[in-house]
Amino acid sequence: MSRLAPTDLRELRDAIGESLAADEPLELIAGGSKRVLGRPLQLPHSLDLSGITGIRDYQPSELVLTAAAATPIEEIETALAAAGQILAFEPPDWGTLLGLPATAARQRTLGGVLACNLSGPRRIKSGAARDHFLGFRGVSGRGEVFKAGGKVVKNVTGYDLCKLMAGSYGTLAAIEEVTIKVLPQPETVSTILLCGLDAAAAVRRLGRALASPHEVSGAVYIEDSSTLGLAFVSPPTGVAALRLEGPDPSVKFRRERLLAELASDCEPHVLDEKASAAFWQAARDVRPLADLEHRVIWRVSVAPSRGAELGEVIASSLDTKWYLDWAGGLVWLAIAGADDGGAAVIRAAIRGADGLGTGHATLIKGSPELRRSVPVFEPQPGPLASLAVRIKESFDPRRILNPGRMVEGI
Amino acid sequence: MPTPDAAVMDRRAGIVEELRRIVPGDGVIASEAERRVYESDGLTAYRQLPLVVVLPSTVDQVAAVLRFCKQLGVKVVPRGAGTSLSGGALPLADGVLLGMAKFNRVLEIDYDNRCAIVQPGVTNLAISKAVEGAGFYYAPDPSSQIACTIGGNVAENSGGVHCLKYGLTTNNILGIEMVLMDGEVIRLGGKHLDAENYDVLGVMTGSEGLLGVVTEVTVRILRKPTTARALLVGFPTTENAADCVAAVIAAGIIPAGMEMMDRPAIHAAEAFVKVGYPLDVEALLIIELDGPPPEVDHLIERVERIARDHHATAIRASRDEAERLAFWSGRKAAFPAVGRISPDYYCMDGTIPRSRLAEVLSRMRVLSDRYRLGVANVFHAGDGNLHPLILYDANSPDQVERAEAFGADILRLCVEVGGVLTGEHGVGVEKRDLMGTMFDEFDLAHQQRLKCAFDPGGLLNPGKVFPQLHRCAELGRLHVRGGRLPFPDLPRF
Repeated sequence: MSRLAPTDLRELRDAIGESLAADEPLELIAGGSKRVLGRPLQLPHSLDLSGITGIRDYQPSELVLTAAAATPIEEIETALAAAGQILAFEPPDWGTLLGLPATAARQRTLGGVLACNLSGPRRIKSGAARDHFLGFRGVSGRGEVFKAGGKVVKNVTGYDLCKLMAGSYGTLAAIEEVTIKVLPQPETVSTILLCGLDAAAAVRRLGRALASPHEVSGAVYIEDSSTLGLAFVSPPTGVAALRLEGPDPSVKFRRERLLAELASDCEPHVLDEKASAAFWQAARDVRPLADLEHRVIWRVSVAPSRGAELGEVIASSLDTKWYLDWAGGLVWLAIAGADDGGAAVIRAAIRGADGLGTGHATLIKGSPELRRSVPVFEPQPGPLASLAVRIKESFDPRRILNPGRMVEGI
Repeated sequence: MPTPDAAVMDRRAGIVEELRRIVPGDGVIASEAERRVYESDGLTAYRQLPLVVVLPSTVDQVAAVLRFCKQLGVKVVPRGAGTSLSGGALPLADGVLLGMAKFNRVLEIDYDNRCAIVQPGVTNLAISKAVEGAGFYYAPDPSSQIACTIGGNVAENSGGVHCLKYGLTTNNILGIEMVLMDGEVIRLGGKHLDAENYDVLGVMTGSEGLLGVVTEVTVRILRKPTTARALLVGFPTTENAADCVAAVIAAGIIPAGMEMMDRPAIHAAEAFVKVGYPLDVEALLIIELDGPPPEVDHLIERVERIARDHHATAIRASRDEAERLAFWSGRKAAFPAVGRISPDYYCMDGTIPRSRLAEVLSRMRVLSDRYRLGVANVFHAGDGNLHPLILYDANSPDQVERAEAFGADILRLCVEVGGVLTGEHGVGVEKRDLMGTMFDEFDLAHQQRLKCAFDPGGLLNPGKVFPQLHRCAELGRLHVRGGRLPFPDLPRF
């Protein structure tokens, strides 16, 4: 196994050009925190991007930051914090969830987060990683340097290739530089906990909160309050949590309103700023399912109103621990004892009894054998799957970049 | 535009006949007088009579039309309401104009999942009207929202005055159904978030009708903010106004809208609507805050303080809804108001880093003198999106030529200072030949190869966006040096 480690754009282009000439595919890697996501790769060569690092331009009042792709998320967040800004999509840290050692090998990078389009609880209000991805420069599988997008927050010039790169798991291009939109850190944060609810009742309340004008920026349901560190809820119960962010007078006002509108028949608690920060970081990092060593982890996106029912249907036929984010729209599942990791049951549940349900399930954690034998990403219908192959071929005709990482043949 | 294909022109009668078979009734428009209605879009400087107009009313008909056109090698130009300001829906002499106006139904409103499923011919404003009874709205609000369709919004990734806080079309749609040039029907997304594989929905949004024809859209709807208030602030210099905008954002405030007008735009608007805009200032800001009343009042105070610190000479905060709307009426009427002081105007749409605003405006004044044409500026100040309105007379060929050259220089200037050619109007035919100022041949080839993945024959809306047409086979050629290791200096481990 050899490792190519370019440190700038020219070396990156040369590395890919060389692999193209030799017809030898590359596994793209930077911090290594997402190496176990997707289908397992067994390639003779890796392309280590971790030397392509550093913030290149940051103008807080323009709401724009440009950085080398392998710049660590920590470095970005530290620079943003100094100017009172954040990555509003809350890039999660799944290191513990994935069982990675707490070392540099789990270093999250900006490019990695964008390549996998990973977002946290604020997705429902502020959008996904892809919604903050403004522009990039990189090298495609053709060994050619190209760029797309821009370095300003509003731009419709040419195809929005940022969207295509976000979530493509390095199968289309190796990104060298990215420009992202950044936003102000909310002045303060507060959390409402509604205790003693089952999933269906919780999702109804989360939905009502999101349909209110109170600008909720986080909405999760956990079956067991102890799994998110809420030791003061005794005995542990099902808890719906709602996050409110903004200027202090606004948060106070909205909290009072929401408590009056939602808490009539369940017991409310309020978390202060510090406790809220810890709670939402734990929710972002999937802590309720993080210490379950032998379980397979799935992440399922569905219409929010279906989340509770979906979780219950799956739990009725498989040994399942689960919780809900995105007001029910994101179902996190930890499955034990199913040969296929639960793939068939989960994907049938998404389609629903009438076969018309939309959504998708992604296998986040499982053995290499499992990730090879069941589709990690939701299988697509024929015409769309063919289109995906043609898109791959337009950027990487020889399948040099992360071949098979998402789908066999792509 | 590409040279019309004589063979296709010769077969016009047969094409019309087959289209009538696919879309019976009044869905095919062949007479010259009726085709004339479709000869241009919102960019009226460009006109072209289409070969024929077809108005399908079902997805099957759209698929059959596209399959038929692909089989015969006939080009297709999709069209919504035809409000594009960049010529995105400009017809082709040898192309079928595919009008989506009959897809005009709201199919489903789902308040539990805060979304609506609509056909592409539904107007932007009609979506908000359909859900306003329950207190909801659809956030992107392009100024043509009364007429423009959601299908066109998807094609152009339309914005509006509120997109700094609420995003563009791409941030507010969840799914689409679309038909590829080969007649395949594809569904992307749904009522859930994010793509399961490549984000084809994301790349379709803003693709200007070159990749597929949208036949259904699922949009996110939001609860209306409880209140909104606006500040009207005048400044002695545009620098002061630009610094104020930067300071508001640096203070962690993202207003719902933050609009700037320069002196000529202020005077034109005030003469038109008479709402009391200050006339002794060089720049005017309208800053709108929305949310719960305590938040809005709190932020209005903070923004007022910031404005005073930046030498604002006139500050008014709206006291009620009527006054807020009055503040906006001048801005919203800016285009027609400018239309009163000049026979014609040409609306540009570049985006710049806001820190370069004062420089860009002063260089624009130099250009204005050189081209001997006036210019009024309205500006989405929050996100740096400029709308210079070049004043000219379309009856003078010389002025038309100067206006176009002036406009191109403005856009080159936007790119030169680190900005882009278009913030929300699209490239279309208007900015097509300027793409090279922003993108090199490799950038453009990567985009054009993506088109090949969707439309290998290059039949869907050709002549838009890209300055040169290339065959997909030519674009696909791979240039590799066979088998040897050409880069001996590469770090190896």
